[in-house]
Amino acid sequence: MRPTTPVRLIALTALAATSVVACGSGSGDDDPDTVKVAYQRSTDNKVRIMDTYLAMIKRRFEQENPGKKLRLLPVQASLEDYYAKIQQMMRSAKTAPDVVREDTFLINSDITSGYLRPLDDKLADWKDWDRFVPAAKASARGVDGKTYGVPDGTDTRALWFNKEIFAKAGLPTDWRPRTWNDVLDAARAVKRAVPGVVPLNVYTGKGAGEAATMQGFEMLLYGTGPDPLYVPASRKWVAGSKGFRDSLEFVRTVYAEKLGPEPSDALDPNISTHVATDWLPAGKLAIDLDGNWLGKYWIDSGAKPWPRWTAVMGRTAFPTQDGRDPGRVSLSGGWTWSIGAKSAKADLAWRAIAFLQTPDNATEWTVRDGQIAVRDDVAASARYRSSMPGIGFFTDLVKDSHWRPALPVYPRVSNAIQEAMESVTTGDADATKAARGYDERLRSIVGGAGVTTR
Amino acid sequence: MTSPTRRVARWLPLAPATTLLILFLAGPVAYCVWLAFTDTQLTGQATASFVGLANFRRAFGDPDFLNAVVLTLVFTVVSSLLGQNSLGFALAALMRHASKAVRTATGTVVVAAWVVPEIVAGFLLYTFFNRRGTLNAVLELLHLPQQNWLFTLPILAVSFANVWRGTAFSMLVYSAALAEIPQDVTEAAEVDGARGLRRLWHITLPLLRRSIGTNLMLNTLQTLSVFGLIWAMTRGGPGNRSQTLPVFMYDQAFLKSLIGYGTAVALLLLVVGALFATVYVRLLREDV
Repeated sequence: MRPTTPVRLIALTALAATSVVACGSGSGDDDPDTVKVAYQRSTDNKVRIMDTYLAMIKRRFEQENPGKKLRLLPVQASLEDYYAKIQQMMRSAKTAPDVVREDTFLINSDITSGYLRPLDDKLADWKDWDRFVPAAKASARGVDGKTYGVPDGTDTRALWFNKEIFAKAGLPTDWRPRTWNDVLDAARAVKRAVPGVVPLNVYTGKGAGEAATMQGFEMLLYGTGPDPLYVPASRKWVAGSKGFRDSLEFVRTVYAEKLGPEPSDALDPNISTHVATDWLPAGKLAIDLDGNWLGKYWIDSGAKPWPRWTAVMGRTAFPTQDGRDPGRVSLSGGWTWSIGAKSAKADLAWRAIAFLQTPDNATEWTVRDGQIAVRDDVAASARYRSSMPGIGFFTDLVKDSHWRPALPVYPRVSNAIQEAMESVTTGDADATKAARGYDERLRSIVGGAGVTTR
Repeated sequence: MTSPTRRVARWLPLAPATTLLILFLAGPVAYCVWLAFTDTQLTGQATASFVGLANFRRAFGDPDFLNAVVLTLVFTVVSSLLGQNSLGFALAALMRHASKAVRTATGTVVVAAWVVPEIVAGFLLYTFFNRRGTLNAVLELLHLPQQNWLFTLPILAVSFANVWRGTAFSMLVYSAALAEIPQDVTEAAEVDGARGLRRLWHITLPLLRRSIGTNLMLNTLQTLSVFGLIWAMTRGGPGNRSQTLPVFMYDQAFLKSLIGYGTAVALLLLVVGALFATVYVRLLREDV
């Protein structure tokens, strides 16, 4: 009888194991009337814009759809950690949210992983879809041509500058830099005339994450010539370009000449919060290359109410390298509402997304979060046009704005850019060496055949 | 000869424990080993495939990985061997001769640092070493030059942090071990004229050999896997100047989305731990 013993043991173990697993699945939350909505909650406890907006949406949605429920799943984390967290959630049917807020920066990568559900069948019957500007629609489109998300706004980028500091430094308060050198010269003038103030902030390094790539590096790179990062026609990434080296050289100059923040502050993961809620309102920073949304921190309901900001802060477009056409650069991104591929409640999830994008709710969100409108009805509404000083300036930038290559490997390329930036910020490498490091990383990410050398 | 039925009956009380171990320990470990041989990514990939040893080959050709190995060794030697271990021993030895009040006060402070959760300790030490932090405020008060170690010497800052946090453990182990040294041996040594350092070297240390071995082993394995402390303080930066293996692994697996490569690095970290363990086990054996 001996040989049977191990078999019995295994059988018994298997039996015990299945009973344990059965307990697990029974306790899952599978209420067919509840939609789980995952979104990022700011690590700054004073910033609750999305939370209060979604709480309002939840109340209205449950009022108008009796018996249905929205369950909000805030993920309180930095941006990078939020991405990793929702990806892990979406890997398993048990934890996958029904509705998830996706950064267009990442969406193609998540589409390739099969985390998201195409929405074409829903969009076909949705008349509001015609209201969206084409570039925004394209931002949530996969390589397969299907659309995987409904954008809820976009953003543009430019220079913010403190007019009071400018006056002290003898610089014009209607500043219009034409070239990169104009920007650096203004920063140098501030450094000379106003000690104790950081002249110019350009986000850099892995701590700032995608903000470094987009607000920092790409604002420079896209002013050096056409298709500086990726050539859509030949589907190749660009390596070894002069524009890339020049952009790194600009970053290096900012930190080597001590025109920027202390490198240890610049590489702090919380720098963007420091800039918006401390340095700018406290008058510790003269020029900031940043997004249109800063005003939302300073309004009365913001994280750092600052009534005088409309008088103190000026805005001007970021110039191209040497003033070439169109003379200004902006980058645009944005977020979308998507449905998890593993969601069993796609119909109800879509109802929630459509509810988030009724003209009223869309306007409400755009205004509350200081977004740039992606719908023509929102853009035309009086409430939007008067919502925030400078909204006209930033909305106008959309015309010349660039969108990042919407490709699955983009997040990894972006990470390689951040590492190159970080090495010139710390002084570990000069621009040439850092650019060479990027070229090597690029080849290992997309393969030699996906790279073209300039 | 026991009958099969009895064997099963005997094993029955252990069934829940065995099941749980298989489910929650063996299962994830096996899955982890499997992942290390695939090119699984967290995002940006439709299907993963088996790639054999490619992840391991890649690690050995990756300068960032080698940098992480070196930093891990520095971190372990400085903070565990030199720091926690020696400081813990010194504290334990000094406290034997101290008054009860001093002993209680020191013990409480040291153990308190150990009891604080890792992430809290990490944040405390981040604010301590920060350019605008406590340490610089104190230095300024004393008119001493300022430091910015989180940026200039991050590996040293996190090593100090780990010493601060982990010394209590060594101190407790050595306190117990020192108390176990028979009084007559010490007295005999004293009669023979062995005092101070000589007695420490020829009597105390040899008698403590086993405790030293055990303590080093536990300390080292704990230090090798420190993640939260470093993550909270520097995130492995600036650049990769404080990126030890656990931080490198997290960066690859979750920030660069290369789960397969990250798990391979995790297995290599296991190898580093095993190497240290082998050395210590030998140390213990020679004693016998």
